[in-house]
Amino acid sequence: MIPLSNYLIVSAVLFAIGTAGVFLRRNLITILLSVEIMLNAVNLTFVAFGRYRGDVDGQIITFFVMTVAAAEAAVGLALIIALFRHRESLNPDAFTSLKW
Amino acid sequence: MPEIVTFYLLAGGAVVASGLVIGQRNPMYSVMFLIVAFAALAGLYIQLEAPFVAVAQIIIYAGAIMVLFLFVVMLLNAPQEDGAEWDRTHPLRRPGMGRFGAVLAGVLILELAYALMAVNGLNAPVGGQTGAATVSSVRELGKVLFSRHAFAFEATSVLILVAMVGAVVLARREGDT
Repeated sequence: MIPLSNYLIVSAVLFAIGTAGVFLRRNLITILLSVEIMLNAVNLTFVAFGRYRGDVDGQIITFFVMTVAAAEAAVGLALIIALFRHRESLNPDAFTSLKW
Repeated sequence: MPEIVTFYLLAGGAVVASGLVIGQRNPMYSVMFLIVAFAALAGLYIQLEAPFVAVAQIIIYAGAIMVLFLFVVMLLNAPQEDGAEWDRTHPLRRPGMGRFGAVLAGVLILELAYALMAVNGLNAPVGGQTGAATVSSVRELGKVLFSRHAFAFEATSVLILVAMVGAVVLARREGDT
């Protein structure tokens, strides 16, 4: 059988990749995709721990995370469309009007 | 032994595809690679005896959310990132605070690795415990979802309603009423 730590390491690596994407990319759509990678890494941890403990709660919470991810994608993409209409750009550096 | 090979294939596929997602300048390719990563993760869920989560992953993530992303990428005709500008403004190339932040991130990684090594009991195999039948049963899943987590389930429906209204309000053209 595969030890639990293997799943946790895969999940940690995926989360790190998602975090790096948020900080490194200069495209709002890619940044949203990176957030989805991070949410999926967390899902993997939940399912692995649920299987490890032998109860279903890990899978239940995965569904809630998926719902939140869907809502986040819908609202985030709507925001991106509204922003693109104003500036004709997807570069987050173009939206610094509120920057001190 | 075959399950170990499968695990490393799927985990490696998920990690490589995720790396390619953030390694692309063209958002279209990023979305495509993310679908590959989600498929690999669905394979891992099947290996964890969570077939319903795996199916939901394919249908909701790869089917619904990624199609939404693709739709927006095509709708905006999203411009690629400019290579020269990217090199100039890359956070790792900025002097001062940027470098300091990178050093702090490295320290955090070392600290987390040390903490993971120090925790005992994580090397126990997944699935060696009892309860495999209850965990993978959709019937059990539904029972728990509608009894113990009923409030969270209803709250989720409110969340979806709010997200739907919010998306319509945000994406509509100004001047329309």
